Amino acid sequence: MDAEIATILAMDGIASGAIYLLIGLGLVLIFAVTRVIFVPFGDIAAFTGLSLAALENGHRPGTVGLVAVLAVLATLKETALLVRTRELHRLPHTLLFYLVLPLAPAAAIWFTTGSVLPMPLRIVLALALVLPIAPLLDCLVFRPIADASVLLLLTVAVALHFALDGLGLLFFGPEGVRTQPLTETVLDIGGFIVNAQTLLIVAASIVFSGLLYLFFEFTLLGKALRATAINRTGARLVGIRPTSTASKAYLLGSLLAGISGVLIAPATTMFYDSGFLIGLKAFVGAIFGAMASYPVTALGAILVGLLESFASFWSSAYKEVVVFGLLIPILLWRSLSLGEVEEEEAEE
Amino acid sequence: MALLSIEGLSVAYGKVEAVRGVSLAIEPGQIVTVIGPNGAGKTTMLNAAIGLLPWRGRMSFEGADLARLDVEERIERGFCLVPEKRELFGDLSVADNLLLGGYARRRDTAGLKQSLADVYDRFPRLDERRGQKASTLSGGERQMLALGRALMAKPRLLLLDEPSLGLAPLIVREVFRIIASLRELGVSILLVEQNARAALETADFGYVLETGEIVHSGPAADLMHDPKVTASYLGGH
Repeated sequence: MDAEIATILAMDGIASGAIYLLIGLGLVLIFAVTRVIFVPFGDIAAFTGLSLAALENGHRPGTVGLVAVLAVLATLKETALLVRTRELHRLPHTLLFYLVLPLAPAAAIWFTTGSVLPMPLRIVLALALVLPIAPLLDCLVFRPIADASVLLLLTVAVALHFALDGLGLLFFGPEGVRTQPLTETVLDIGGFIVNAQTLLIVAASIVFSGLLYLFFEFTLLGKALRATAINRTGARLVGIRPTSTASKAYLLGSLLAGISGVLIAPATTMFYDSGFLIGLKAFVGAIFGAMASYPVTALGAILVGLLESFASFWSSAYKEVVVFGLLIPILLWRSLSLGEVEEEEAEE
Repeated sequence: MALLSIEGLSVAYGKVEAVRGVSLAIEPGQIVTVIGPNGAGKTTMLNAAIGLLPWRGRMSFEGADLARLDVEERIERGFCLVPEKRELFGDLSVADNLLLGGYARRRDTAGLKQSLADVYDRFPRLDERRGQKASTLSGGERQMLALGRALMAKPRLLLLDEPSLGLAPLIVREVFRIIASLRELGVSILLVEQNARAALETADFGYVLETGEIVHSGPAADLMHDPKVTASYLGGH
Protein backbone atom coordinates (compact mmCIF):
# COMPACT_ATOMS: atom_id res chain seq x y z
CA MET A 1 0.00 0.00 0.00
CA ASP A 2 1.34 3.43 -0.89
CA ALA A 3 0.48 6.80 0.60
CA GLU A 4 -2.09 7.54 -2.06
CA ILE A 5 -4.12 4.42 -1.41
CA ALA A 6 -3.79 4.98 2.32
CA THR A 7 -5.18 8.49 1.91
CA ILE A 8 -8.09 7.28 -0.16
CA LEU A 9 -8.85 4.55 2.37
CA ALA A 10 -8.55 7.02 5.23
CA MET A 11 -10.94 9.45 3.57
CA ASP A 12 -13.36 6.67 2.88
CA GLY A 13 -13.08 5.48 6.46
CA ILE A 14 -13.63 8.95 7.87
CA ALA A 15 -16.73 9.36 5.72
CA SER A 16 -18.29 6.13 6.97
CA GLY A 17 -17.04 6.93 10.46
CA ALA A 18 -18.88 10.24 10.25
CA ILE A 19 -22.10 8.36 9.50
CA TYR A 20 -21.56 5.98 12.43
CA LEU A 21 -20.79 9.02 14.55
CA LEU A 22 -24.18 10.64 13.95
CA ILE A 23 -26.00 7.38 14.60
CA GLY A 24 -23.77 6.59 17.59
CA LEU A 25 -24.54 9.95 19.20
CA GLY A 26 -28.25 9.26 18.76
CA LEU A 27 -27.85 5.80 20.33
CA VAL A 28 -26.03 7.24 23.33
CA LEU A 29 -28.59 10.02 23.69
CA ILE A 30 -31.53 7.61 23.68
CA PHE A 31 -29.78 5.16 26.01
CA ALA A 32 -28.76 7.86 28.48
CA VAL A 33 -32.26 9.29 28.74
CA THR A 34 -34.35 6.10 28.53
CA ARG A 35 -31.88 3.23 29.30
CA VAL A 36 -33.06 1.60 26.07
CA ILE A 37 -30.39 0.34 23.65
CA PHE A 38 -32.50 1.18 20.64
CA VAL A 39 -31.49 -1.64 18.31
CA PRO A 40 -33.80 -0.59 15.43
CA PHE A 41 -32.04 2.77 15.33
CA GLY A 42 -30.15 1.96 12.10
CA ASP A 43 -33.51 1.11 10.54
CA ILE A 44 -34.56 4.74 11.05
CA ALA A 45 -31.57 5.81 8.92
CA ALA A 46 -32.33 3.19 6.25
CA PHE A 47 -36.04 4.10 6.17
CA THR A 48 -35.12 7.75 5.57
CA GLY A 49 -32.93 6.78 2.62
CA LEU A 50 -35.64 4.49 1.22
CA SER A 51 -38.34 7.15 1.65
CA LEU A 52 -36.16 9.70 -0.09
CA ALA A 53 -35.58 7.31 -3.00
CA ALA A 54 -39.34 6.72 -3.36
CA LEU A 55 -40.00 10.47 -3.34
CA GLU A 56 -37.40 10.95 -6.08
CA ASN A 57 -39.27 8.53 -8.30
CA GLY A 58 -42.62 10.13 -7.53
CA HIS A 59 -43.74 7.04 -5.60
CA ARG A 60 -45.48 7.08 -2.28
CA PRO A 61 -42.96 5.75 0.27
CA GLY A 62 -44.03 2.74 2.32
CA THR A 63 -43.17 4.74 5.44
CA VAL A 64 -46.50 6.59 5.05
CA GLY A 65 -48.36 3.40 5.88
CA LEU A 66 -46.01 2.54 8.74
CA VAL A 67 -46.34 5.98 10.34
CA ALA A 68 -50.13 5.94 9.91
CA VAL A 69 -50.45 2.55 11.62
CA LEU A 70 -48.19 3.58 14.51
CA ALA A 71 -49.90 6.96 14.94
CA VAL A 72 -53.37 5.42 15.07
CA LEU A 73 -52.25 2.75 17.56
CA ALA A 74 -50.51 5.30 19.79
CA THR A 75 -53.52 7.63 19.68
CA LEU A 76 -55.87 4.79 20.67
CA LYS A 77 -53.58 3.79 23.54
CA GLU A 78 -53.19 7.33 24.85
CA THR A 79 -56.92 8.05 24.53
CA ALA A 80 -57.76 4.87 26.43
CA LEU A 81 -55.36 6.04 29.14
CA LEU A 82 -57.12 9.42 29.32
CA VAL A 83 -60.51 7.73 29.61
CA ARG A 84 -59.24 5.50 32.40
CA THR A 85 -57.76 8.40 34.40
CA ARG A 86 -60.78 10.62 33.56
CA GLU A 87 -58.61 13.31 32.00
CA LEU A 88 -60.48 13.73 28.73
CA HIS A 89 -59.80 17.48 28.80
CA ARG A 90 -56.29 16.59 27.62
CA LEU A 91 -57.66 14.88 24.50
CA PRO A 92 -56.85 17.77 22.09
CA HIS A 93 -53.23 17.67 23.30
CA THR A 94 -53.09 13.90 22.72
CA LEU A 95 -54.66 14.15 19.27
CA LEU A 96 -52.23 16.89 18.27
CA PHE A 97 -49.07 15.09 19.37
CA TYR A 98 -49.95 11.50 18.56
CA LEU A 99 -52.12 11.89 15.47
CA VAL A 100 -51.97 15.27 13.74
CA LEU A 101 -48.27 16.08 13.96
CA PRO A 102 -46.98 12.59 13.02
CA LEU A 103 -49.44 12.36 10.14
CA ALA A 104 -48.88 15.88 8.76
CA PRO A 105 -45.80 15.00 6.63
CA ALA A 106 -47.40 11.71 5.61
CA ALA A 107 -50.49 13.64 4.46
CA ALA A 108 -48.35 16.14 2.58
CA ILE A 109 -46.69 13.25 0.74
CA TRP A 110 -50.01 11.53 0.13
CA PHE A 111 -51.40 14.58 -1.65
CA THR A 112 -48.30 15.30 -3.72
CA THR A 113 -47.76 11.72 -4.90
CA GLY A 114 -47.08 11.61 -8.62
CA SER A 115 -45.30 14.95 -8.81
CA VAL A 116 -41.57 15.08 -8.21
CA LEU A 117 -40.73 17.83 -5.74
CA PRO A 118 -37.44 19.75 -5.67
CA MET A 119 -34.61 17.99 -3.82
CA PRO A 120 -34.42 20.14 -0.64
CA LEU A 121 -38.17 19.72 -0.14
CA ARG A 122 -37.87 15.97 -0.72
CA ILE A 123 -35.17 15.72 1.91
CA VAL A 124 -37.17 17.72 4.45
CA LEU A 125 -40.27 15.63 3.79
CA ALA A 126 -38.38 12.33 4.04
CA LEU A 127 -36.90 13.46 7.38
CA ALA A 128 -40.23 14.73 8.71
CA LEU A 129 -41.92 11.50 7.66
CA VAL A 130 -39.45 9.29 9.52
CA LEU A 131 -39.04 11.44 12.66
CA PRO A 132 -42.23 10.30 14.44
CA ILE A 133 -41.49 6.56 14.07
CA ALA A 134 -39.16 6.17 17.05
CA PRO A 135 -41.18 8.39 19.46
CA LEU A 136 -44.36 6.51 18.53
CA LEU A 137 -42.64 3.15 19.04
CA ASP A 138 -41.44 4.46 22.40
CA CYS A 139 -45.01 5.37 23.35
CA LEU A 140 -46.38 1.98 22.26
CA VAL A 141 -43.60 -0.36 23.30
CA PHE A 142 -41.23 1.13 25.87
CA ARG A 143 -43.37 3.53 27.92
CA PRO A 144 -45.43 0.77 29.55
CA ILE A 145 -42.20 -0.95 30.71
CA ALA A 146 -40.10 2.16 31.33
CA ASP A 147 -39.00 1.00 34.79
CA ALA A 148 -37.92 -2.45 33.67
CA SER A 149 -34.28 -3.60 33.77
CA VAL A 150 -31.85 -2.59 31.00
CA LEU A 151 -31.67 -6.24 29.93
CA LEU A 152 -35.44 -6.54 29.47
CA LEU A 153 -35.53 -3.25 27.56
CA LEU A 154 -32.73 -4.51 25.32
CA THR A 155 -34.54 -7.78 24.65
CA VAL A 156 -37.67 -5.87 23.70
CA ALA A 157 -35.60 -3.59 21.46
CA VAL A 158 -34.18 -6.65 19.64
CA ALA A 159 -37.69 -8.03 19.16
CA LEU A 160 -38.79 -4.63 17.90
CA HIS A 161 -35.94 -4.67 15.39
CA PHE A 162 -37.19 -7.94 13.89
CA ALA A 163 -40.74 -6.59 13.75
CA LEU A 164 -39.55 -3.44 11.99
CA ASP A 165 -37.46 -5.48 9.60
CA GLY A 166 -40.56 -7.41 8.58
CA LEU A 167 -42.57 -4.24 8.22
CA GLY A 168 -39.73 -2.74 6.16
CA LEU A 169 -39.93 -5.65 3.74
CA LEU A 170 -43.71 -5.26 3.59
CA PHE A 171 -43.63 -1.52 2.95
CA PHE A 172 -40.50 -1.10 0.83
CA GLY A 173 -40.15 -4.45 -0.92
CA PRO A 174 -36.90 -6.37 -1.39
CA GLU A 175 -35.33 -4.12 -4.04
CA GLY A 176 -32.28 -2.03 -3.26
CA VAL A 177 -32.32 1.66 -4.12
CA ARG A 178 -29.84 4.47 -4.40
CA THR A 179 -30.79 8.14 -4.28
CA GLN A 180 -29.49 10.89 -6.53
CA PRO A 181 -26.17 12.34 -5.38
CA LEU A 182 -26.55 15.45 -3.23
CA THR A 183 -23.67 16.98 -5.15
CA GLU A 184 -21.57 15.75 -8.04
CA THR A 185 -18.74 18.18 -7.55
CA VAL A 186 -15.28 16.64 -7.42
CA LEU A 187 -12.58 18.65 -5.74
CA ASP A 188 -8.84 18.50 -6.24
CA ILE A 189 -7.17 19.13 -2.91
CA GLY A 190 -3.37 19.12 -3.07
CA GLY A 191 -3.32 16.50 -5.80
CA PHE A 192 -5.97 14.27 -4.20
CA ILE A 193 -9.31 13.85 -5.86
CA VAL A 194 -11.97 14.35 -3.21
CA ASN A 195 -15.64 13.71 -3.71
CA ALA A 196 -17.67 16.70 -2.45
CA GLN A 197 -20.21 14.16 -1.18
CA THR A 198 -17.57 12.85 1.24
CA LEU A 199 -16.81 16.34 2.46
CA LEU A 200 -20.53 16.97 2.88
CA ILE A 201 -20.86 13.89 5.10
CA VAL A 202 -17.91 14.94 7.26
CA ALA A 203 -19.14 18.55 7.45
CA ALA A 204 -22.65 17.42 8.40
CA SER A 205 -21.36 15.24 11.20
CA ILE A 206 -19.21 18.09 12.54
CA VAL A 207 -22.07 20.59 12.33
CA PHE A 208 -24.63 18.31 13.97
CA SER A 209 -22.29 17.18 16.76
CA GLY A 210 -21.59 20.86 17.37
CA LEU A 211 -25.29 21.68 17.47
CA LEU A 212 -25.89 18.78 19.84
CA TYR A 213 -23.15 20.11 22.12
CA LEU A 214 -24.66 23.60 22.10
CA PHE A 215 -28.09 22.11 22.76
CA PHE A 216 -26.87 20.20 25.84
CA GLU A 217 -24.73 23.02 27.13
CA PHE A 218 -26.93 26.05 26.64
CA THR A 219 -30.62 25.14 26.50
CA LEU A 220 -32.91 24.26 29.38
CA LEU A 221 -34.35 21.33 27.46
CA GLY A 222 -30.84 20.02 26.75
CA LYS A 223 -29.97 20.28 30.43
CA ALA A 224 -33.24 18.57 31.35
CA LEU A 225 -32.29 15.64 29.07
CA ARG A 226 -28.88 15.43 30.71
CA ALA A 227 -30.45 15.67 34.16
CA THR A 228 -32.76 12.75 33.34
CA ALA A 229 -29.76 10.75 32.19
CA ILE A 230 -27.78 11.55 35.36
CA ASN A 231 -30.52 11.05 37.94
CA ARG A 232 -34.05 10.01 37.01
CA THR A 233 -35.49 10.41 40.49
CA GLY A 234 -33.89 13.82 40.86
CA ALA A 235 -35.31 14.83 37.50
CA ARG A 236 -38.83 13.79 38.48
CA LEU A 237 -38.48 15.70 41.74
CA VAL A 238 -37.90 18.97 39.87
CA GLY A 239 -40.87 18.28 37.61
CA ILE A 240 -39.13 16.86 34.53
CA ARG A 241 -41.50 14.24 33.10
CA PRO A 242 -39.57 11.13 31.96
CA THR A 243 -42.12 10.31 29.23
CA SER A 244 -41.67 13.74 27.72
CA THR A 245 -37.86 13.73 27.85
CA ALA A 246 -37.90 10.24 26.34
CA SER A 247 -40.02 11.44 23.39
CA LYS A 248 -37.64 14.34 22.85
CA ALA A 249 -34.58 12.08 23.01
CA TYR A 250 -36.14 9.76 20.42
CA LEU A 251 -37.04 12.71 18.19
CA LEU A 252 -33.59 14.22 18.39
CA GLY A 253 -31.89 10.85 17.91
CA SER A 254 -34.13 10.14 14.91
CA LEU A 255 -33.15 13.46 13.39
CA LEU A 256 -29.48 12.42 13.59
CA ALA A 257 -30.26 8.98 12.16
CA GLY A 258 -32.44 10.49 9.44
CA ILE A 259 -29.72 12.90 8.40
CA SER A 260 -27.20 10.10 8.16
CA GLY A 261 -29.72 8.15 6.09
CA VAL A 262 -29.99 11.06 3.66
CA LEU A 263 -26.20 11.29 3.51
CA ILE A 264 -25.45 7.62 2.82
CA ALA A 265 -28.34 6.81 0.49
CA PRO A 266 -26.55 8.28 -2.56
CA ALA A 267 -23.33 6.42 -1.76
CA THR A 268 -24.57 2.92 -0.88
CA THR A 269 -27.44 0.86 -2.17
CA MET A 270 -30.04 0.75 0.57
CA PHE A 271 -32.27 -2.23 1.26
CA TYR A 272 -35.10 -2.46 3.77
CA ASP A 273 -32.70 -4.20 6.16
CA SER A 274 -29.53 -2.17 5.53
CA GLY A 275 -30.04 -0.26 8.77
CA PHE A 276 -29.14 -3.13 11.06
CA LEU A 277 -25.43 -3.35 10.19
CA ILE A 278 -25.04 0.43 10.17
CA GLY A 279 -26.68 0.58 13.59
CA LEU A 280 -24.47 -2.23 14.93
CA LYS A 281 -21.28 -0.49 13.81
CA ALA A 282 -22.44 2.75 15.39
CA PHE A 283 -23.08 0.67 18.51
CA VAL A 284 -19.45 -0.53 18.51
CA GLY A 285 -18.44 3.14 18.41
CA ALA A 286 -20.79 3.92 21.29
CA ILE A 287 -19.31 1.06 23.35
CA PHE A 288 -15.99 2.95 23.28
CA GLY A 289 -17.73 5.67 25.23
CA ALA A 290 -19.45 3.10 27.47
CA MET A 291 -22.78 4.28 26.00
CA ALA A 292 -22.31 7.43 28.07
CA SER A 293 -19.65 9.73 26.66
CA TYR A 294 -20.47 11.68 23.51
CA PRO A 295 -16.89 12.70 22.59
CA VAL A 296 -15.49 9.18 23.08
CA THR A 297 -18.38 7.76 21.06
CA ALA A 298 -17.48 10.18 18.26
CA LEU A 299 -13.84 9.04 18.32
CA GLY A 300 -14.89 5.40 18.50
CA ALA A 301 -17.21 5.78 15.51
CA ILE A 302 -14.44 7.35 13.40
CA LEU A 303 -12.10 4.53 14.44
CA VAL A 304 -14.69 1.94 13.42
CA GLY A 305 -15.03 3.66 10.03
CA LEU A 306 -11.25 3.71 9.49
CA LEU A 307 -10.82 0.13 10.59
CA GLU A 308 -13.60 -1.02 8.30
CA SER A 309 -12.10 0.85 5.37
CA PHE A 310 -8.58 -0.56 5.81
CA ALA A 311 -9.89 -4.04 6.61
CA SER A 312 -11.88 -4.11 3.39
CA PHE A 313 -8.68 -3.24 1.48
CA TRP A 314 -6.65 -6.05 3.00
CA SER A 315 -9.34 -8.66 3.16
CA SER A 316 -12.81 -7.53 2.31
CA ALA A 317 -14.35 -10.85 3.31
CA TYR A 318 -13.24 -10.27 6.88
CA LYS A 319 -14.10 -6.59 7.26
CA GLU A 320 -17.17 -7.18 9.46
CA VAL A 321 -15.23 -9.72 11.51
CA VAL A 322 -12.47 -7.20 12.14
CA VAL A 323 -14.92 -4.45 13.14
CA PHE A 324 -16.95 -6.62 15.49
CA GLY A 325 -13.81 -8.37 16.75
CA LEU A 326 -12.83 -4.95 18.01
CA LEU A 327 -15.58 -5.31 20.61
CA ILE A 328 -13.56 -7.88 22.57
CA PRO A 329 -10.59 -5.67 23.47
CA ILE A 330 -12.89 -2.69 24.12
CA LEU A 331 -15.09 -4.67 26.45
CA LEU A 332 -12.02 -6.05 28.26
CA TRP A 333 -10.67 -2.53 28.68
CA ARG A 334 -14.10 -1.30 29.78
CA SER A 335 -14.58 -4.01 32.37
CA LEU A 336 -11.10 -3.38 33.75
CA SER A 337 -11.97 0.27 34.29
CA LEU A 338 -15.47 -0.57 35.55
CA GLY A 339 -14.45 -0.02 39.16
CA GLU A 340 -14.21 3.71 38.59
CA VAL A 341 -17.61 3.89 36.94
CA GLU A 342 -19.26 2.20 39.88
CA GLU A 343 -17.65 4.60 42.28
CA GLU A 344 -18.97 7.57 40.38
CA GLU A 345 -22.46 6.16 40.47
CA ALA A 346 -22.28 5.39 44.14
CA GLU A 347 -21.65 9.06 44.82
CA GLU A 348 -25.02 10.04 43.45
CA MET B 1 -58.28 23.69 55.33
CA ALA B 2 -55.06 21.84 55.97
CA LEU B 3 -52.29 22.37 53.42
CA LEU B 4 -51.52 18.66 53.41
CA SER B 5 -53.86 16.14 54.89
CA ILE B 6 -53.00 12.47 55.18
CA GLU B 7 -55.60 9.96 56.40
CA GLY B 8 -55.06 6.26 56.91
CA LEU B 9 -51.95 6.12 54.69
CA SER B 10 -50.55 2.63 54.16
CA VAL B 11 -47.54 1.78 52.02
CA ALA B 12 -46.39 -1.75 51.33
CA TYR B 13 -43.30 -3.26 49.73
CA GLY B 14 -44.76 -6.52 48.45
CA LYS B 15 -46.42 -8.07 51.50
CA VAL B 16 -44.49 -6.04 54.04
CA GLU B 17 -46.40 -2.97 55.19
CA ALA B 18 -43.80 -0.31 55.97
CA VAL B 19 -46.37 2.36 56.85
CA ARG B 20 -49.72 1.44 58.44
CA GLY B 21 -52.71 3.77 58.78
CA VAL B 22 -50.78 6.99 59.31
CA SER B 23 -52.82 10.18 59.60
CA LEU B 24 -51.38 13.66 59.92
CA ALA B 25 -52.07 17.22 58.86
CA ILE B 26 -50.01 20.32 58.15
CA GLU B 27 -51.57 23.76 58.37
CA PRO B 28 -50.26 26.63 56.20
CA GLY B 29 -47.17 28.24 57.72
CA GLN B 30 -46.47 25.31 60.05
CA ILE B 31 -43.32 23.32 60.55
CA VAL B 32 -44.28 19.77 61.42
CA THR B 33 -41.80 17.08 62.27
CA VAL B 34 -41.99 13.30 62.22
CA ILE B 35 -39.34 11.70 64.40
CA GLY B 36 -38.60 8.06 64.92
CA PRO B 37 -35.87 5.45 64.77
CA ASN B 38 -34.18 4.14 61.66
CA GLY B 39 -36.51 1.88 59.67
CA ALA B 40 -39.71 3.28 61.20
CA GLY B 41 -41.05 4.09 57.73
CA LYS B 42 -40.35 7.83 57.68
CA THR B 43 -38.70 7.92 54.23
CA THR B 44 -41.31 5.51 52.85
CA MET B 45 -44.06 7.84 54.04
CA LEU B 46 -42.48 10.87 52.33
CA ASN B 47 -41.82 8.99 49.07
CA ALA B 48 -45.45 7.88 48.99
CA ALA B 49 -46.66 11.42 49.72
CA ILE B 50 -44.65 12.85 46.82
CA GLY B 51 -45.92 10.08 44.52
CA LEU B 52 -42.79 7.97 44.01
CA LEU B 53 -44.36 4.89 45.67
CA PRO B 54 -47.85 3.39 45.34
CA TRP B 55 -49.99 3.88 48.45
CA ARG B 56 -53.44 3.36 49.93
CA GLY B 57 -55.47 5.78 51.98
CA ARG B 58 -56.44 9.39 51.43
CA MET B 59 -54.09 12.30 50.83
CA SER B 60 -54.88 15.79 49.67
CA PHE B 61 -52.81 18.89 49.03
CA GLU B 62 -54.73 22.18 49.25
CA GLY B 63 -57.92 20.17 48.81
CA ALA B 64 -56.71 18.41 45.63
CA ASP B 65 -56.83 14.60 45.77
CA LEU B 66 -53.23 13.40 45.50
CA ALA B 67 -54.33 10.06 44.01
CA ARG B 68 -55.06 11.96 40.79
CA LEU B 69 -51.77 13.90 40.62
CA ASP B 70 -48.40 12.52 39.55
CA VAL B 71 -45.04 13.64 40.92
CA GLU B 72 -44.57 16.34 38.28
CA GLU B 73 -48.04 17.81 38.91
CA ARG B 74 -47.30 17.95 42.63
CA ILE B 75 -44.10 19.92 41.91
CA GLU B 76 -46.00 22.32 39.63
CA ARG B 77 -48.40 23.00 42.51
CA GLY B 78 -45.57 23.80 44.90
CA PHE B 79 -45.36 20.47 46.76
CA CYS B 80 -41.70 19.41 46.78
CA LEU B 81 -39.42 16.83 48.38
CA VAL B 82 -35.76 17.17 49.35
CA PRO B 83 -34.90 13.47 49.49
CA GLU B 84 -32.58 11.76 51.93
CA LYS B 85 -30.13 10.94 49.12
CA ARG B 86 -30.36 14.54 47.79
CA GLU B 87 -30.62 13.16 44.22
CA LEU B 88 -28.56 16.00 42.73
CA PHE B 89 -27.37 16.12 39.12
CA GLY B 90 -23.75 15.31 39.92
CA ASP B 91 -22.32 15.95 36.48
CA LEU B 92 -24.01 19.33 36.10
CA SER B 93 -22.83 22.58 37.63
CA VAL B 94 -24.33 24.05 40.78
CA ALA B 95 -25.91 26.80 38.64
CA ASP B 96 -27.50 24.23 36.31
CA ASN B 97 -28.84 22.21 39.24
CA LEU B 98 -30.55 25.34 40.52
CA LEU B 99 -31.79 26.26 37.05
CA LEU B 100 -33.38 22.82 36.67
CA GLY B 101 -34.91 23.20 40.14
CA GLY B 102 -37.16 25.78 38.52
CA TYR B 103 -38.04 23.53 35.58
CA ALA B 104 -41.69 23.21 36.63
CA ARG B 105 -42.13 27.00 36.38
CA ARG B 106 -39.79 27.52 33.41
CA ARG B 107 -42.16 29.99 31.71
CA ASP B 108 -41.92 32.41 34.64
CA THR B 109 -38.50 33.83 33.63
CA ALA B 110 -38.66 36.95 35.79
CA GLY B 111 -39.77 34.97 38.85
CA LEU B 112 -37.00 32.42 38.33
CA LYS B 113 -34.36 35.12 38.13
CA GLN B 114 -35.60 36.51 41.44
CA SER B 115 -35.66 33.04 43.02
CA LEU B 116 -32.11 32.35 41.85
CA ALA B 117 -30.90 35.62 43.35
CA ASP B 118 -32.71 34.72 46.60
CA VAL B 119 -31.13 31.27 46.73
CA TYR B 120 -27.62 32.67 46.18
CA ASP B 121 -28.39 35.26 48.84
CA ARG B 122 -29.48 32.59 51.31
CA PHE B 123 -26.61 30.22 50.43
CA PRO B 124 -23.51 32.33 49.65
CA ARG B 125 -21.48 29.10 49.42
CA LEU B 126 -23.50 28.03 46.40
CA ASP B 127 -22.85 31.41 44.80
CA GLU B 128 -19.09 30.88 45.26
CA ARG B 129 -19.31 27.44 43.69
CA ARG B 130 -21.86 28.07 40.97
CA GLY B 131 -19.56 26.84 38.18
CA GLN B 132 -18.46 23.70 40.04
CA LYS B 133 -19.96 20.27 39.38
CA ALA B 134 -22.43 19.23 42.06
CA SER B 135 -20.49 15.99 42.60
CA THR B 136 -17.48 17.97 43.87
CA LEU B 137 -19.38 19.58 46.75
CA SER B 138 -18.98 18.65 50.42
CA GLY B 139 -21.84 17.01 52.31
CA GLY B 140 -23.10 20.27 53.77
CA GLU B 141 -22.90 22.06 50.46
CA ARG B 142 -24.80 19.25 48.78
CA GLN B 143 -27.59 19.57 51.32
CA MET B 144 -27.68 23.31 50.71
CA LEU B 145 -27.83 22.72 46.96
CA ALA B 146 -30.66 20.23 47.44
CA LEU B 147 -32.55 22.81 49.53
CA GLY B 148 -31.76 25.58 47.06
CA ARG B 149 -32.87 23.45 44.12
CA ALA B 150 -36.19 22.73 45.86
CA LEU B 151 -36.66 26.44 46.66
CA MET B 152 -36.33 27.26 42.96
CA ALA B 153 -39.68 25.50 42.44
CA LYS B 154 -41.26 28.13 44.74
CA PRO B 155 -42.68 25.47 47.06
CA ARG B 156 -45.58 26.03 49.41
CA LEU B 157 -44.90 22.76 51.19
CA LEU B 158 -41.45 21.25 51.46
CA LEU B 159 -40.88 17.68 52.60
CA LEU B 160 -37.40 17.38 54.09
CA ASP B 161 -36.02 13.87 54.54
CA GLU B 162 -33.22 13.73 57.12
CA PRO B 163 -31.64 17.05 56.16
CA SER B 164 -29.00 16.66 58.86
CA LEU B 165 -27.97 13.11 57.93
CA GLY B 166 -24.21 12.66 57.68
CA LEU B 167 -23.39 16.31 58.38
CA ALA B 168 -20.93 17.72 60.90
CA PRO B 169 -22.58 19.21 64.04
CA LEU B 170 -21.73 22.79 63.09
CA ILE B 171 -23.34 22.34 59.68
CA VAL B 172 -26.36 20.63 61.23
CA ARG B 173 -26.97 23.76 63.28
CA GLU B 174 -26.65 25.86 60.12
CA VAL B 175 -29.13 23.64 58.25
CA PHE B 176 -31.72 23.89 61.03
CA ARG B 177 -31.26 27.65 61.17
CA ILE B 178 -32.02 27.77 57.45
CA ILE B 179 -35.06 25.52 57.84
CA ALA B 180 -36.46 27.81 60.53
CA SER B 181 -35.82 30.82 58.30
CA LEU B 182 -37.86 29.31 55.44
CA ARG B 183 -40.98 30.05 57.46
CA GLU B 184 -40.60 33.74 56.54
CA LEU B 185 -40.89 32.76 52.89
CA GLY B 186 -44.31 31.29 53.60
CA VAL B 187 -43.03 27.76 53.07
CA SER B 188 -44.59 25.09 55.26
CA ILE B 189 -42.38 22.18 56.14
CA LEU B 190 -42.77 18.52 56.95
CA LEU B 191 -39.46 17.56 58.49
CA VAL B 192 -38.47 13.94 58.98
CA GLU B 193 -35.50 13.51 61.32
CA GLN B 194 -33.55 11.14 63.49
CA ASN B 195 -32.03 14.15 65.22
CA ALA B 196 -35.15 14.47 67.38
CA ARG B 197 -33.99 17.28 69.64
CA ALA B 198 -33.07 19.68 66.85
CA ALA B 199 -36.22 18.76 64.93
CA LEU B 200 -38.54 19.37 67.90
CA GLU B 201 -36.79 22.65 68.71
CA THR B 202 -37.49 23.86 65.16
CA ALA B 203 -41.02 22.50 64.68
CA ASP B 204 -44.46 23.62 65.86
CA PHE B 205 -45.98 20.19 65.97
CA GLY B 206 -44.52 16.70 66.13
CA TYR B 207 -45.39 13.08 65.49
CA VAL B 208 -43.47 10.02 66.61
CA LEU B 209 -43.41 7.15 64.12
CA GLU B 210 -42.46 3.64 65.25
CA THR B 211 -42.58 0.52 63.05
CA GLY B 212 -44.91 2.20 60.57
CA GLU B 213 -47.41 3.62 63.05
CA ILE B 214 -47.80 6.96 64.80
CA VAL B 215 -47.42 6.35 68.52
CA HIS B 216 -47.34 9.91 69.90
CA SER B 217 -48.24 13.34 68.65
CA GLY B 218 -48.61 16.83 70.01
CA PRO B 219 -47.19 20.36 69.99
CA ALA B 220 -43.42 20.09 69.62
CA ALA B 221 -42.81 21.88 72.93
CA ASP B 222 -44.98 19.31 74.76
CA LEU B 223 -43.27 16.35 73.11
CA MET B 224 -39.91 17.74 74.22
CA HIS B 225 -41.06 17.26 77.83
CA ASP B 226 -43.09 14.12 77.39
CA PRO B 227 -41.24 11.46 79.41
CA LYS B 228 -42.07 8.72 76.88
CA VAL B 229 -40.49 10.72 74.11
CA THR B 230 -37.52 12.03 76.05
CA ALA B 231 -36.62 8.54 77.25
CA SER B 232 -36.45 7.05 73.75
CA TYR B 233 -35.36 9.92 71.58
CA LEU B 234 -33.80 12.70 73.60
CA GLY B 235 -31.35 10.74 75.68
CA GLY B 236 -33.47 10.95 78.84
CA HIS B 237 -32.80 14.60 79.66
